[in-house]
Amino acid sequence: MYVAVKGGEAAIANAHRLLADRRRGDRSLPSITIEQVVEQLGLAVDRIMAEASVYDRSLAALAVRQARGDMIEAIFILRAYRTTLPRFGYSEPIDTAGMLVERRVSATYKDLPGGQLLGPTFDYTHRLLDPSLIGDEPVAAPAMKEPGEQAMRVSDILDGEGLIEGDGQMPGGHVAGDLTREPMEFPMPRDLRLQALARGDEGFLLALAYSTQRGYGRTHPFVGEVRIGEVEVELDLPELGFAVSLGTIRVTECQMVNQFKGSAKQPPQFTRGYGLVFGQSERKAMSMSLVDRALRTDEFSEDIVAPAQDQEFVISHADNVQATGFVEHLKLPHYVDFQAELDLVRRMRRDHEAARAGQANGMKEAAE
Amino acid sequence: MNAQHTLDTAPGTAGRKEGMRLLARATLAELTAAWEAIADKPDVAPVRGPETGLVMVRGRIGGGGDPFNLGEATVSRATVRLSTGEVGHGQMLGTDKERARYAAIFDALFQNDAHRPAVEALHGLIAARLDREDQRKAEETAATRVDFFTMVRGED
Repeated sequence: MYVAVKGGEAAIANAHRLLADRRRGDRSLPSITIEQVVEQLGLAVDRIMAEASVYDRSLAALAVRQARGDMIEAIFILRAYRTTLPRFGYSEPIDTAGMLVERRVSATYKDLPGGQLLGPTFDYTHRLLDPSLIGDEPVAAPAMKEPGEQAMRVSDILDGEGLIEGDGQMPGGHVAGDLTREPMEFPMPRDLRLQALARGDEGFLLALAYSTQRGYGRTHPFVGEVRIGEVEVELDLPELGFAVSLGTIRVTECQMVNQFKGSAKQPPQFTRGYGLVFGQSERKAMSMSLVDRALRTDEFSEDIVAPAQDQEFVISHADNVQATGFVEHLKLPHYVDFQAELDLVRRMRRDHEAARAGQANGMKEAAE
Repeated sequence: MNAQHTLDTAPGTAGRKEGMRLLARATLAELTAAWEAIADKPDVAPVRGPETGLVMVRGRIGGGGDPFNLGEATVSRATVRLSTGEVGHGQMLGTDKERARYAAIFDALFQNDAHRPAVEALHGLIAARLDREDQRKAEETAATRVDFFTMVRGED
C-alpha cells in the first residue's frame, strides 16, 4: 500500500517569499543590477558560465543574483534554463591560435614570440585586504603600449623539433560525441572527457589536479602556456552555404607539457594535457589539463593507481549539478523508508536480546 | 583577429559574410540610428524568428587537433523579407532578439543596390569601432609584457 502525504503548500509559498526578502536584504541599500554583476563580479559570472556549460554573461549574472551568490545554485538555474532553448547547431571549432590575447604566460620559455603578457592577473599581488575598496575611490586607467608580434603557441615551438606529441587526434572517422545528447558510457573517448571536464566542478578538478602533483598519478607537468582572450565563434548557415561569425567569446586555454613517453617505434617525446574553459579561469583550465593528461592512461599504457587516472571515477563525479542533486535529495522526506528501517532495527534488537537470553540460560544450565 | 576588421565591400559572398560578421557585433544604438537614417524604408516581413536558441561551441583537442564539444552559447537569429524581395539573415551571440532582427534587415538591404551604400556605411562605422576597441585591448595587454633583464653578480 502506498499512502501519499500532502500538505505544506502554504509553508512552501511563505518560505519562497521569505527567500525573496532575504535575497533583497536591507531595503535601505540600492539593489545590485545585472550590469554591475557582469562588470564587477566578472570571474563569478565566468565560473557559472563554464560549469553551467552555457556562455551568456547576462544570464549567468541573473542566475547568481537569483541564487544569492550561491555558485552551484546559480549553475543549476542556468543549466535548467538551457533545456528550454532549441539547439541551432554546432559551431566551427574555435581557433585559439588566432585569439585576441589578454594574457599569455609560459613557464617553459622565458623569451618566446609574443612574450610573457601578464594581463589582469592576481599573481604577484600580496593578497592583503585592500581598505581602499571599502569606498568607491577612483581607479587609474590602464597603461598602454604599442603591441608586439602575435603570441605564438608554445606547442608549435616544441613541435618544430619533434620533441612533443601533436595536437590530439581521434581515430579516423570519429565524430565528436556530445554529453548533452547521449548518455555517459565508459570507457569514454578523450573528446567526451574534455567536454565533461570543461563543465566539471572547479573545486573537484582542482583537488584531483593537486592529488597528481602530490604523487597520486604523477605526470611531471610544466605549463607550456596559459592564454586568455577572445576568439570568434562561427556557425555554418546551410541556407547560405557558408559560415558566419556570431561574435566573440572569452576563453582560457592551458597547454600542459608533461614528461616523456616513447616506444620501440617512437623516440621519447613530451606528452600533453589540454584545458579549455569558458571565461577567464586559469585555475580551472590548468586543473583540467592536469586531469586530462592523468586520464590518458590507455594511450600511454599506464597503470591506473590513483583516483585522478580513473575516468569512471573522475567523470562520474565531476558534475556539480548532478552531485548536488543526489547529495541534497537526502533532506527530502524519507519518512516511509525510515519507518521501515526503524521497524527493522527494532526487530533485530529483539532477536539479539532473545539470543542473548537463550545463551545466558544455556550457560546457567551448563554450570549447574 | 588582431585589429583586422576588414571591409571587403564586394557585393558577393565574401562581402556579405564580412557584413554579417560586423552586424553580429553591432550595438542596438548603431542599428536603430542607421535604420532611422534610411529615407525610403521598405516594408519588413518576418520569415523566421526573431528567436533565441543555443549553439554548441566546439574546441579542438590540444588547440589544433580533432574537435570536441566545449559548451553551448546563447544565439539569437532572425530571417526577414523586404517588400523589395530580398531575404536577409541576422544571427549573433546573446539573447537580444531586436538586434538579431535589425541585423537581418541590414543583411537584406545589403543585397539591394539602392540601399547597399547605406549598409556599407554602417559596416564601416562598426568596423572602425571594433578596430578601436581591439587596438585599445591590445595596447593595454602589451603594457603588461615582461621585459626581462639579467643581473650580473660578482667582479668578473
